[in-house]
Amino acid sequence: MKLFKILATAALGAGIAFSAANAETVVGVSWSNFQEERWKTDEAAIKAALEAAGASYISTDAQSSASKQLSDIESLIAQGADALIILAQDAQAIGPAVQAAADEGIPIVGYDRLIEDSRAFYLTFDNVEVGRMQARAVFDAMPKGNYVMIKGSATDPNADFLRGGQQEILQAAIDGGDIKIVGEAYTDGWLPANAQRNMEQILTAQDNKVDAVVASNDGTAGGVVAALAGQGMDGIPVSGQDGDHAALNRVAKGTQTVSVWKDARELGRNAGEIAIALAGGTAMSDIKGAASWTSPGGTTMTAVFLAPLPITKDNLTDVIDAGWIAKDKLCQGVTNGPAPCN
Amino acid sequence: MSDLTGIDDLPKSRRSLAQTLELDTRLLGMIGAFMMLCLVFDVITDGRFLTPRNIFNLTIQTVSVAIMATGMVFIIVCRHIDLSVGALLATCSAAMAVVQTDILPNALGLGLGHPMIWIITILAGLFVGTIIGAFHGWLIGYLTIPAFIVTLGGLLVWRNVGWYLTDGQTIGPLDEIFRMFGGTNGTLGVQASWIVGAIAAGLAALAILNARRRKQAHGFAVKPVWAEAVMVLIAAGAILGFVAVLNAYEIPTRRLARMFEARGEVMPEGYTEGYGLPISVLVLIMVAVAMTVIARNTRLGRYIFATGGNPDAAELSGINTRLLTVKIFALMGALCALSAVVASARLANHGNDIGTLDELRVIAAAVIGGTALAGGVGTIYGAILGALIMQSLQSGMAMVGVDAPLQNIVVGAVLVVAVLIDIIYRRRTKDT
Repeated sequence: MKLFKILATAALGAGIAFSAANAETVVGVSWSNFQEERWKTDEAAIKAALEAAGASYISTDAQSSASKQLSDIESLIAQGADALIILAQDAQAIGPAVQAAADEGIPIVGYDRLIEDSRAFYLTFDNVEVGRMQARAVFDAMPKGNYVMIKGSATDPNADFLRGGQQEILQAAIDGGDIKIVGEAYTDGWLPANAQRNMEQILTAQDNKVDAVVASNDGTAGGVVAALAGQGMDGIPVSGQDGDHAALNRVAKGTQTVSVWKDARELGRNAGEIAIALAGGTAMSDIKGAASWTSPGGTTMTAVFLAPLPITKDNLTDVIDAGWIAKDKLCQGVTNGPAPCN
Repeated sequence: MSDLTGIDDLPKSRRSLAQTLELDTRLLGMIGAFMMLCLVFDVITDGRFLTPRNIFNLTIQTVSVAIMATGMVFIIVCRHIDLSVGALLATCSAAMAVVQTDILPNALGLGLGHPMIWIITILAGLFVGTIIGAFHGWLIGYLTIPAFIVTLGGLLVWRNVGWYLTDGQTIGPLDEIFRMFGGTNGTLGVQASWIVGAIAAGLAALAILNARRRKQAHGFAVKPVWAEAVMVLIAAGAILGFVAVLNAYEIPTRRLARMFEARGEVMPEGYTEGYGLPISVLVLIMVAVAMTVIARNTRLGRYIFATGGNPDAAELSGINTRLLTVKIFALMGALCALSAVVASARLANHGNDIGTLDELRVIAAAVIGGTALAGGVGTIYGAILGALIMQSLQSGMAMVGVDAPLQNIVVGAVLVVAVLIDIIYRRRTKDT
């Protein structure tokens, strides 16, 4: 009989954190795995956007379980959410949850990860554009010569989106004979160690006649720079993405040309604003910047693709101003570098 | 669980009055704790927790774990443990996903949507689960490897066999009829639910009367007639009340409109319809009744509890405890397969992560429900109530908006405290 007392105390104690319920618009956010640190940034941005519009925020964490996410979303709906933002654990298994929300007429914003359902709005960064930006930055620094393409993991569809964007930029120069792709490799699991090994093999095969490397993210770029340093070649143009702290430091040092940065706060703010607009009855196609897009699975969706920001030696100050990285970390070991490291 | 309040009072003929009372107060304590929990959540969430909709959600969310928890009771009563149930669920789910989306429609040429697919699939799943469970039982019973080790190995093996079968891909959508076992997609509707409820209430009343008659026949003391009548009323009231709540949850208008559209009709203005009893909950109730009957009214059940109480004495008195181990693990495997049906049907897809950490939830449900790890003691209704308490705690906290780490801290603490209270309770009632 004592059991209930303890249960009640536990429940009451835990209940302190509950959110206000009777605000105008309620936006429910279902996270797939909040354990990963990066989503905290996104959450803060979503909250700020909702607060600015006078809407309230409720959230759940599926803890990496597709089944729990379904229960979570049922719970968010039962709590009276007017719009949902979903970071899907599984693009397909989220289907019944989308169905349940659609039955209630609740709009859904698919956050960063694709939800294969035309009733969900899709918001993410434009990965093809990331690829274009990478190639563009490297091309600007080295418009002629032998290029190496270090791609992402073969199992990740994003790897091919990126490669497609890179090709778009380089195509003309390749056709004109200015650029020759002398080596190209997938990187198993996006692991820097694999990128380094592949790069070393390409350097050996090409007798070090390589002028620029288009690497698909900062991790692989790190492997590439290590391989180049082994031959004393570090300093040739290398691309990357993610705004990894180590990569930004390399940009300051001059061993990496560009790190394309996807600002999570931008994504969060947009998600909040879109959710409120959809809850207010705005049609999906009327959202600012929305366009029709066909997913690799053949679903026609309405989507907004945010433009990422390429960070080069010319705009390193931006990441400091955004509070993404501390100055001493960015400028570690850099003397007389670009602003702000001078 | 509403059914079980009736069954609870079935065969007390072999127990003394004191034991009967102990059983009752324990169950009452648990129900009290559960109700208290619900009320607290209801107050905090401004009355959103105890709406028909949320109760409907809670019941369908509990089913998968509750089905397995009934099997876990037998395992733990026999002083074993099964750490592989979540992984076994994943393997069964993967096998069924492959059977229904690939083997039957393509290799055997039935074509997608054939009306026989669901039943063949479920039978195949039950076969896979039973065989794997029996294999575990054989390793434990005949080769005397500890159950902890066999099923710890099984946890790794079967989770990854599931992965291997599907290449880690999410497989779906599953067969349309199969999906009806998931909850929202398959409910009986208002009318059929009332009929099922009425039949169940009638059976509960009959069971109580039968028990009374049997006791009288053997010359045992029976409760006064008014007490029996109250029991019948409580059982029938609980069953019909539960049905009424599920019937009160109305299908969202848009969903109704689509259902009419699919039939080529136009929905009349202001038309409403209740969900009623989900098929998955019906499956759980049937499992609960069957398992309770096995536990109390069959030789297998008596052997299980005798072996759990004292394995040596049971073996010396001629019980084949090795074969018994094979049987209970095979039963567990079959129940895992049944859970896999419900879990994958609910998601309308087989996902690679299905059933992750379910072994912990299932064991926790059985233990909160009063199954003693020392063996020999445990009830089916307790395990189901345990599963319901765990799920309510989790859903309630998610609804209140408690931070994810705090949720797990509370669930973990409740598990340990519940067992502590149980130990203290047992000690006191035996002393006095």
